[in-house]
Amino acid sequence: MDIRERLSGNEAAAIAMKQINPDVVAAFPITPSTEIPQYFSTFVSNGDVDTEFVAVESEHSAMSATIGAQAAGGRAMTATSANGLSLMWEMIYIASSLRLPIVMSLVNRAVSGPLNIHNDHSDAMGVRDAGWIMLFSENNQEAYDNLIMAHRIAENKNVKLPLMVCQDGFITSHSIENIELIEDDKVKEFVGEYKPDEYLLNKENPIAIGPLDLQAYLFEHKAQQALAMKNAKKVILEVAEEFEKMTGRKYSFFEEYKLDDAEIAIVCMNSTAGTTKFVVDSLREKGIKAGLLKLRVFRPFPAEEIAKALEHVKAVAVLDKADSLNAAGGALFEDVTSAMYVNKKQVPMVNYIYGIGGRDTKADDIESVYRDLQEIANSGNVENPYRYLGLRRK
Amino acid sequence: MNDLIEIRWHGRGGQGAKTASLLLADAAFNTGKYIQGFPEYGPERMGAPITAYNRISNKPITIHSNIYEPDYVVVVDDTLLESVDVTAGLKETGAVVINTTKDNDYIKESLRGYKGDVYKIDARKISIETLGKYFPNTPMLAAIVKVSKIMTDEQLLNDMKGSFKHKFAKKPEVIEGNMKALELALKSVEKVNN
Repeated sequence: MDIRERLSGNEAAAIAMKQINPDVVAAFPITPSTEIPQYFSTFVSNGDVDTEFVAVESEHSAMSATIGAQAAGGRAMTATSANGLSLMWEMIYIASSLRLPIVMSLVNRAVSGPLNIHNDHSDAMGVRDAGWIMLFSENNQEAYDNLIMAHRIAENKNVKLPLMVCQDGFITSHSIENIELIEDDKVKEFVGEYKPDEYLLNKENPIAIGPLDLQAYLFEHKAQQALAMKNAKKVILEVAEEFEKMTGRKYSFFEEYKLDDAEIAIVCMNSTAGTTKFVVDSLREKGIKAGLLKLRVFRPFPAEEIAKALEHVKAVAVLDKADSLNAAGGALFEDVTSAMYVNKKQVPMVNYIYGIGGRDTKADDIESVYRDLQEIANSGNVENPYRYLGLRRK
Repeated sequence: MNDLIEIRWHGRGGQGAKTASLLLADAAFNTGKYIQGFPEYGPERMGAPITAYNRISNKPITIHSNIYEPDYVVVVDDTLLESVDVTAGLKETGAVVINTTKDNDYIKESLRGYKGDVYKIDARKISIETLGKYFPNTPMLAAIVKVSKIMTDEQLLNDMKGSFKHKFAKKPEVIEGNMKALELALKSVEKVNN
């Protein structure tokens, strides 16, 4: 029986970490993810977990300490946001290239500057090519469920990649909502023990980790990382299937919300998907065939599956909560349009940059996108594919 | 109860509007509802105007934006009436509840022509009487429950007893005062217009 509770997104993440009971957590506080290590350190003090908690002096050290712990043979976790992730940058790439299945809770926030503590996805988008598996979460429930599934995916022998679970700063991290928790013993059984084949503190089989890797091998090693990312797709689905057997909650690469018979569709991630569902329901009542593709797995990017899911619609809008500042559209838009083109799907596509620095995204905003999509579907033309949503002009 | 009730709280940093919204979410959760309780974080400091929100529903809630057309508004500090348009977007089928000792004419005038129901309560007096200090959030919690009828008085009192025991585990001496504040507040809500 699931446990009916009400928790904020940060509380949900901290409780998932408590149930996972990793060997090491190293973290440095930064808004809006501060509460996660704060709650977790309470669990450590109270003896609820037997984790070694390392209160480091910076995020660079937080990632370095988790790398050290994971390389030594332990299971390591951390949490951060925005500039904390920026400071980890160097070590983020080291973690994935050393094939260390570290799990991070990333509470998305705008990367400075100017200084802003509120939500957008610029932190996550900044590490999209760093070789981490990236899962996005609509609400506290998904932030929790994704963390429970994380180690099973990351530690799989065909994967061995670090994984981050994203959720929207403040919007879900600080909002109290209903949630169904899984019993401790079930989580423990589901997550299982971490038994790496090779690790630094194994005196029977001493190895070196992270030596010089020049022209002769780096290319091959990068190709192996890419292959691991490809392998992760199958593992993500297998773990989701097992998770569904335990909880009844279904996960895949993405959620298709009233998309089957939709004529117009929005693609987006995290909490905005919830607001979009609300709008889809109200439009459906008016007979408008609106649908949603909520992307959960951003890395690996399920290109073929997305193209198939969107092939039947007449117009698609992709919402990016981070501006690539490249004069050619946001990262999610570029990935989705590329997926459509390569898979030979001809659907008019339009991009909206929205919600930057915590600008609230209202139901009315989403509705205006669907209205634009109706026009595009009727005419078949996209006048300007690169647009803003909710930008104040004056 | 409607399928979805939306409440907006106006207060000043340090008065506990955020805590009150979380306590209301808690209480509604315990009566079996789906809930959201969240503050709008701005440049937070003591005394700055702050907003907090509640959604309460019989069905799962997916929308994740602030609330622009609330069913109810709670004003924890009446000095906000001059600087903040507290009834902005407030449904006329709904109501506003204000912590104030001002006279009814002043209240009506400061609400900029709002046509829905207006209620007032002297949360300061109740708080001083029952807690010895000024913590307006507990009386205001009772006031909004009374006005919105999200739950019965009994449900609120029974539920909050448990919540306070949990919240004030380290200072149990304030539980009784907070319970008295709730009881007194439930009886003290006064309708300003007819």
